[in-house]
Amino acid sequence: MIRPSSEDDLAEIIRTAAAPLRVCGGGTRPVARAPAGEGLSVAGLTGIVLYEPQTLTLVVRAGTPLAEVEGTLAAEGQRLPFEPPDWRGLLGVDGESTIGGVVAANASGPRRVQAGAARDSVIGVRFVDGTGLVVKSGGRTMKNVTGYDLVKLMAGSRGTLGVLTEVSLKLLPAAGAVATLVVAADDPGAAVSVMQSALSSPHDVTGAAWLPGTGVLVRVEGLAASVAYRSEKLALRLDAIGVERDPGRNVTLWQDVASVRPLQGRSGDLWRFSLRPSEAPRVAARLGADVVLDWGGGLLWTVLPAGKDARALARPYAGHATLMRADRPTPHAVFEPEPPAVAALTRGLRARFDPRAILNRGLMD
Amino acid sequence: MEMPVPDGRILARRQEIIARLRSVLPGDGVIDDPVGTLAYECDALTAYRCRPLCVVLPRSTAEVAEVMRVCHAEGVPVVPRGAGTSLAGGALPTADSVLIGLARMNEVLEIDIGNRLIRVQAGRTNLAVTAAVEAEGFFYAPDPSSQLACAIGGNIGMNSGGAHCLKYGVTTNNLLGVTLVLHDGTIVEIGGPQMDAGGLDLLGVVCGAEGQLGIVTEATLRILPRPEGARPVLIGFSANEVAGACVADIIRAGILPVAIEFMDRPCIRACEDFAHAGYPDCEALLIVEVEGGPAEIDEQIGLIRQIASRHDPVELREAASEEEARRIWLGRKSAFGAMGQMGDYICLDGTIPVSALPATLRRIGELSRDHGLQVANVFHAGDGNLHPLIIFDANRPGDLERAEALGADILRLCVAVGGCLTGEHGVGIEKRDLMEVQFTAADLEAQMRVKDVFDPGWTLNPAKVFPLAASAARRGAAG
Repeated sequence: MIRPSSEDDLAEIIRTAAAPLRVCGGGTRPVARAPAGEGLSVAGLTGIVLYEPQTLTLVVRAGTPLAEVEGTLAAEGQRLPFEPPDWRGLLGVDGESTIGGVVAANASGPRRVQAGAARDSVIGVRFVDGTGLVVKSGGRTMKNVTGYDLVKLMAGSRGTLGVLTEVSLKLLPAAGAVATLVVAADDPGAAVSVMQSALSSPHDVTGAAWLPGTGVLVRVEGLAASVAYRSEKLALRLDAIGVERDPGRNVTLWQDVASVRPLQGRSGDLWRFSLRPSEAPRVAARLGADVVLDWGGGLLWTVLPAGKDARALARPYAGHATLMRADRPTPHAVFEPEPPAVAALTRGLRARFDPRAILNRGLMD
Repeated sequence: MEMPVPDGRILARRQEIIARLRSVLPGDGVIDDPVGTLAYECDALTAYRCRPLCVVLPRSTAEVAEVMRVCHAEGVPVVPRGAGTSLAGGALPTADSVLIGLARMNEVLEIDIGNRLIRVQAGRTNLAVTAAVEAEGFFYAPDPSSQLACAIGGNIGMNSGGAHCLKYGVTTNNLLGVTLVLHDGTIVEIGGPQMDAGGLDLLGVVCGAEGQLGIVTEATLRILPRPEGARPVLIGFSANEVAGACVADIIRAGILPVAIEFMDRPCIRACEDFAHAGYPDCEALLIVEVEGGPAEIDEQIGLIRQIASRHDPVELREAASEEEARRIWLGRKSAFGAMGQMGDYICLDGTIPVSALPATLRRIGELSRDHGLQVANVFHAGDGNLHPLIIFDANRPGDLERAEALGADILRLCVAVGGCLTGEHGVGIEKRDLMEVQFTAADLEAQMRVKDVFDPGWTLNPAKVFPLAASAARRGAAG
């Protein structure tokens, strides 16, 4: 494993690389097929570059452990808006998640429905592309339309266009109070209609998920009086069977959702669908397997017997499916195949940013 | 402002090109007479004007694709135009370009309340998107000041913001998908009703690319349930520094107002003279707006009052009624009109880290004195998006150039303190030649590669965003 200790060092390594490199942060967010090549870890590029609580901004080197970032923010009563999920149990890996890995995977948790995805909180990046060029895009202001938004392009590109060295993030105040309503729902159809009602209310819901056997969970967060007011309104609107107000138990509950606890440890292939929320019940029925729903139904997780083609079973759907983990080598595309004209654009971008195809070669093909 | 020399071969083929466009756009969809094209010679940056080769007004994605195929075959540059409200010259034509106006593409294609989204044609105005869903209790969040007139296609091109970004984000955070017509007429769907990208986030880079990667013809937008209520507070201060410190304290306290607007003394005075909103006579003024149900509003405003009182406000006025709320916003919303009474003005939108606010305002004051031109500041304090308004007299020879020089100095200052050239207006032609202040050659190279992929001939919205010298080799190779 190559471990550059600085951005310059990294640029030199990439410039002179003769063979493909397998780029990773903490290695906690793999998909079902790993790219070939020698390991290149950014875990040596660590440290908070700038943290201004009064402007809700953090600039941090990509290899900094997520736990360190979250700890630093918590000490100032702030947090990452998008609630990065811990998928180690789900994907069967160890290691320590890095902030660069979170951004490279655009990994967003339950608060996606209200605060946006990881990519929406990233306001600046520095990266080294496949030719060794050091590039910055964006900056550290919330509003910035100066030049093309390569920040979004880099978020979720999983190291295939360049290796992130630094990210700037927009933060939010941590909530003073939280409440989660539990609403009975026996199946995805019932669950999605409850979640849509919650998300269509003016009560600023920050999480809407369904766990089989538990029911629908609907979360509100904020100042104490506000949370009390909104949770009461929602309890009536949704006919809730329970309300959880204990902060610690709320943390556990939403970690269960974010880490897809009900599907952890199951054998088979783990699939992640990103959908139009109202399509989730039909997709779930066609898959014929247990599912967990988050994002009001927009995110569906399932485990199928090894080798099954989830896309073929689920069709038709608007959105995409990713094969996150497979028990044995799989014939299926890990990422949703793109229509030819879009695939040509994607290929063109890869060819420009990484003309030798040395960064995570083939990972997202 | 330097622009490329128009392509003589295209000018010579003008009649043939127009005839081909007429063959694909029936009826009155092609405008080529001198009077008709005059209306398209500039956008809201009126200092720069140029009539296009001709104007086309398609009604559908299919028609846009037909037009693009003709332009591609003829090698003609294309300039997309939403409603022409760009303050940066984003829709300024070149003499050898076909201008594609989106004005006739204003249909709602789909409203899906359950999934909280709407799909519209890109010529629909920002406010008309909200109008289509407000009966259901929903709204579209990004709210640029020009929202009555500006088109969603233009909002996507410029990644437009507005006053409420602190809570709701800007266009890119509220955009789910687009239908994009590529340079050669190929139609692609990017994004959709789902909440993230399956591969590379192409949507993220199309948004804010100022119409240089393709023509956005349709858009899927996130709509949100309207909050139960909103209430503004007006707080006056004896110094800009104190107002800046109060903003920082509000944010530190964990309150997230939907808007924090800041006006300095020249702006307060101009607005007061113009709109008579009853603003206090003071150095700096904040309008802080919070949302929610009655109990939630009371809770937030109680905290804001506590924080503000620690900064010895000259005045603290809470709206007790709709009418009082309207009066608090009246002056702010008429700021640009008020400035218009003082003279011609250039509106900048450099953005800075909020922590640099007091020092930046002080330095802008010094630059204003050095250049001998008045600057009034009105801006979104929560997100650091400044709007310095430079007042000048367009009829006085040399004044525009002096104002532009002052503007450039202010934008350099914004970059120097850790900010950027433009927070929501876009680069267009206005800030094109300042890009190297903010970006290295490598940074610009990376951006231009994206352009190479989407628009290998460099024909889409030419001469914008990138300094002409930086893009010369690419444009030369393409031509």
